[in-house]
Amino acid sequence: MASRDGLDVITRQVMWNRLISVVEEQAQTLLRTAFSPIVRECGDLSAGVFDLRGRMLAQAVTGTPGHVNSMAESVQHFIRHFPVAEMNEGDIYITNDPWLGTGHLNDFVLTTPCFRRGKPVGLFSCTSHLTDIGGIGVGPDATDVHMEGLYIPMLKLADRGRIDATLMAFVRRNTREPVECEGDVYSLAACNEVGCVRLVEMMDEFGLEDLDELGEYIVSSSRRAVLAEVAELPKGKYRNAMALDGYDRPIDLVATLEIGDEGVHVDYDGTSPMSRYGVNVPMAYTTAYTSFGLGCAIAPGVPNNAGSLSAFRVTAPERSILNAPYPAAVCARHLIGQQLPDVVFGCLEKVVPERVPAEGASSLWNITFRGEADRGSNERSLFAFTAVTNGGTGARGVKDGLNGTAYPSGVKGTPVEIVETMAPVLFRRKELRSDSAGPGTWRGGAGQVIEVESADGRDMELLAAYERIDHPARGRAGGGGGEAGAVFLASGTRLKGKGTQTIPAGETLVLHTPGGGGHGPSRNRPPEAVAADVEDGIVSEAAARRDYGWKGAA
Amino acid sequence: MSEAETRCRVGIDVGGTFTDIVLEAGGDRTSAKVLTTSQAPERGVIDGLREVLQKAVLAPGDVGLVLHGTTLATNAVLERRGARTAFITTEGFRDILEVGYETRYDQYDLMIEKVAPIVPRRLRFTVPERVDARGRVLEALDEEAVHALAPALSAAEIESVAVGFFHAYANPVHERRVEAILHDALPELSVTLASEVCPEVREYERFTTASVNAYVRPLMEGYLARLDGMLAEIGIGCPLLLMTSGGGLTTVETARRQPVRLVESGPAGGVLLARDIAARAGLDKVMSFDMGGTTAKICFIENLEPRRAREFEIDRQARFMKGSGLPLRIPVIEMVEIGAGGGSIARVDRLGRIAVGPESAGAEPGPAGYGRGGTDATVTDADIVLGRIDPAGFAGGRIELRPELSAEAVGRSVGASLELGPSQAAQGIVEIVDENMSNAARVLAVEEGKVASEQTVIAFGGAAPLHACRIAEKLGIDRIVVPVDAGVGSAVGFLRAPVAYEVVRSLNMRLSALDAGAVNDLMADMRREARTVVESGAFGAPLAERRVAYMRYLGQGHEIAVPVDSERLGPDDGRALQAAYDREYELLFKRTIPDADVEVLSWGLTVSTVEAMPAADDPGRTTGSPEPAGWRDIHDTESGAAAQVPLYRRADLAAGDRLDGPALIVEEQTSTFVSRNFRAVLAPAGNIVLERRV
Repeated sequence: MASRDGLDVITRQVMWNRLISVVEEQAQTLLRTAFSPIVRECGDLSAGVFDLRGRMLAQAVTGTPGHVNSMAESVQHFIRHFPVAEMNEGDIYITNDPWLGTGHLNDFVLTTPCFRRGKPVGLFSCTSHLTDIGGIGVGPDATDVHMEGLYIPMLKLADRGRIDATLMAFVRRNTREPVECEGDVYSLAACNEVGCVRLVEMMDEFGLEDLDELGEYIVSSSRRAVLAEVAELPKGKYRNAMALDGYDRPIDLVATLEIGDEGVHVDYDGTSPMSRYGVNVPMAYTTAYTSFGLGCAIAPGVPNNAGSLSAFRVTAPERSILNAPYPAAVCARHLIGQQLPDVVFGCLEKVVPERVPAEGASSLWNITFRGEADRGSNERSLFAFTAVTNGGTGARGVKDGLNGTAYPSGVKGTPVEIVETMAPVLFRRKELRSDSAGPGTWRGGAGQVIEVESADGRDMELLAAYERIDHPARGRAGGGGGEAGAVFLASGTRLKGKGTQTIPAGETLVLHTPGGGGHGPSRNRPPEAVAADVEDGIVSEAAARRDYGWKGAA
Repeated sequence: MSEAETRCRVGIDVGGTFTDIVLEAGGDRTSAKVLTTSQAPERGVIDGLREVLQKAVLAPGDVGLVLHGTTLATNAVLERRGARTAFITTEGFRDILEVGYETRYDQYDLMIEKVAPIVPRRLRFTVPERVDARGRVLEALDEEAVHALAPALSAAEIESVAVGFFHAYANPVHERRVEAILHDALPELSVTLASEVCPEVREYERFTTASVNAYVRPLMEGYLARLDGMLAEIGIGCPLLLMTSGGGLTTVETARRQPVRLVESGPAGGVLLARDIAARAGLDKVMSFDMGGTTAKICFIENLEPRRAREFEIDRQARFMKGSGLPLRIPVIEMVEIGAGGGSIARVDRLGRIAVGPESAGAEPGPAGYGRGGTDATVTDADIVLGRIDPAGFAGGRIELRPELSAEAVGRSVGASLELGPSQAAQGIVEIVDENMSNAARVLAVEEGKVASEQTVIAFGGAAPLHACRIAEKLGIDRIVVPVDAGVGSAVGFLRAPVAYEVVRSLNMRLSALDAGAVNDLMADMRREARTVVESGAFGAPLAERRVAYMRYLGQGHEIAVPVDSERLGPDDGRALQAAYDREYELLFKRTIPDADVEVLSWGLTVSTVEAMPAADDPGRTTGSPEPAGWRDIHDTESGAAAQVPLYRRADLAAGDRLDGPALIVEEQTSTFVSRNFRAVLAPAGNIVLERRV
């Protein structure tokens, strides 16, 4: 090999590393300037850089999979609506269209063309979850998307650097949290600008005129790397089915996973039809979480981009709950979407049994309240607040599941003290839930017990959106299931898992988040591990005797 | 000049492997390096002290001040060798320490291990009490429940307790009451209050900081008491001050109460060394670049001040991966540390890309070229293959380099699968590790609103002078300083540290409704606290005060530090703060938000001694072009071909000597590689100054 080629190989690798660093800065800027607590405390966001054909070349590690992989497609829609040739320096484009963006109206997607010496060279895109976008609120009760809030089509937010004041006025007047909402739009715009400045510096340094060749290298080597991993798996078709609670009736998720020469194809034929309510999933979001599950199990070391994603193909019957078209209600699409890695893992259990965990709580157990707030000096107004919480993850083939931890979502839990600073609520309890972890050689992750009430003696509305109340996480390889979740009032009244309900003044809401499933027969769990769980109170003595044949401390 | 300064000063850095001792008397410096005696570190310290005193021909009574930094607290956490510790918290919240952020630090890795909380669940106790976000008591402390804990703590043989209640940063009354009750019941028990160690909102970070403090406290109290005793025994009766992670010195008394502030004091010492060199060289924008065997540390110093931060992570499960460790809220010098050192291992990943670090070959077996059985290709091996390290006299002749083993390892680990020869593979390794470090510097520069290309690099640590030119090229930097005698950098840095103490307290307020009186009262209180600590170690030196407000747009989650100029706020200071905030915000994030209200979340106040910074040295004149001591064959990374370059011995060079790259300047501890884009000048103080050729 000629020496010049050798140097080129290294230079290209250096530039790829640089691009990943650029988008990480973009994401960190978004995180540090965001207003919505779910973005700034929990990191419900994503950021990435695209070539002029709309192919994602790099995404930030900071962020959450449902956003990242759907944003990857979103930029294609942007450049179809606004051809790159007609873009100007300083333009910013915006949408929250669930089918052109990342799956529900709360996610704003901003795309900014990046110019160098007057020529467009790439596109930066980012998305974050805004706490409130008006309408019926962030619950699943709507029966069409227009009930779910302000619907922003593909629009130009800034024209040559000038923000559209009319559009911003509409946004402000259509949310219960105008300060947060407006601040977040600025924050999204700023993070794309930071990314662009850094990209231009990089192109100057390396004397790059365009991203074509570099992009081709990134995309093709990533695709090749994923295909090499796939090639080591036995070809064939593998099926799995999983039932969930749904809004008003159970849902079946049915998948056929086919391993072939051109990658992996997951098809959801046999899955339940769409719901009347807002638990439907747009196709982009289905693709996002399916690809994420595949990536984790098959090629976890390969950076996420258009190339690595292209090795995975996802299809679902139109009008099934996993491919719901406009004008379906989709606000709580994460409830079903975040269960898809579990469905994928069930297929892969026959292929790579050692790599796939048991089922977990999987969907976030967000606490979304709405009510009246006294904001001092006559600023009596509404508040809307979402606090992120979780159940346990499924046990791994060689390790216990993780207690109170999000998977597959990448967001963080909201600190209790921050919630209490921001909203008139008071937590009474938030701790691990004994006996919620599925028993096994490796036990599942434990769920949590959470109790919360109004801090100023007012009624509050709970916008419930919870899964795995009737359908708990199943164990794998002989492991036991995790405990189901539950939602009720401290006085005893059971609440529905989905839908807006009132928490009367003086009452306390109680959540039991689900535990993760166990892995392997529980009789094989080392006695000292059982004893440690008993000592810590994660497993009660009674349950230890029942599930593990524990004979300690009578 | 105070009495303490007329006598000699000693800097002591107790690391995991070595204890470095540096003594300065007048302008003379004497140093010693002894093995750390982990079981009783004070013994190694005393041995080293005796050695330097003997070398310098001084008596123990001549020592006027001992400045001490140590990794003991850090290592106790990493190795989980701390006290048997319990945690007491608000009823209903037993698991905050364990549940943490409820997230995974690696999105795609299904097999991650989360960091174990410092106190296991069985030793986490709760008592009924509740305070709200505004500090109002909603539920009185159940004192009976606290009394009832005493027997349980005794039964579990608990030595140390951390107490962390909800919102106690706003009202610590319950935490203080628990301390009083436990003190009466169990006088021997060490009690740490979260509201004292870290009076800031966000329960997970505050409770974790308190529990780590409680965990290392008995150990550090014991060590400091023994060290104090032994120093007195050998006749060193002078004051002892401790180095903190924030780059200031503190008294033994404070160190005993808040040992969590002592973690990471070594790297802070390195930054202080760079700062001192910056002062002497008259540099106002400096990038401190410290590259050793396993990591590289980068820090920006502007106008002789490194930037401060309040977050640090200890005990990371995945090395250098953000979020995988225990978060501490303590004052630290803001720097970035990445897994890039001479011992970092290079390999080819599944995408056919060269990856370097964070795994390190360490000191044993070390790089393949050390011939001690190491087979992995390391950065040092790549440097050897490129011809940048002269095997003759490497490490003072203690290690006989085997370049053929380096070539073999580099060829096998990286060259083979990429179809590159050893030289090209070595070039690839060096290029990637240099890029990784440059990237870390770039990201840090952006986070701090700095321009990387405006800096001067100060390169120290064994591997930094080999890599500084390439990093400077990548960052567009024109000047590099390679100081004299950088092998014991941290201990030297301690000698240059001010006595300082930082207090941060939460007091939330909108700028539009600024209550100057309340802020002034709070600041006065903080000032008293900080001055009490500093005065006892300052020996009458003049003191200065630095004030900051941690501000954000109303509704945002992350604050930026804005300097507060007025010592007492008046009615106009709201506007002044707003203007200062806008300036900082635009610098960091490009765009301010029109008409948005701004709030202050916390206030910080640091009192420190004013160090008379050395005046800038005369830059001198370039006079001679020295004769090379020999020639070396290297692989020229720019042409990709073999080349011969002159080799100089640093000891042979005289002030004013000037030489053009490409060239090598070798010395016992390191080598400086001068690329063809740079010219080296030996400054009068002995520093090598590299300047870009035009």
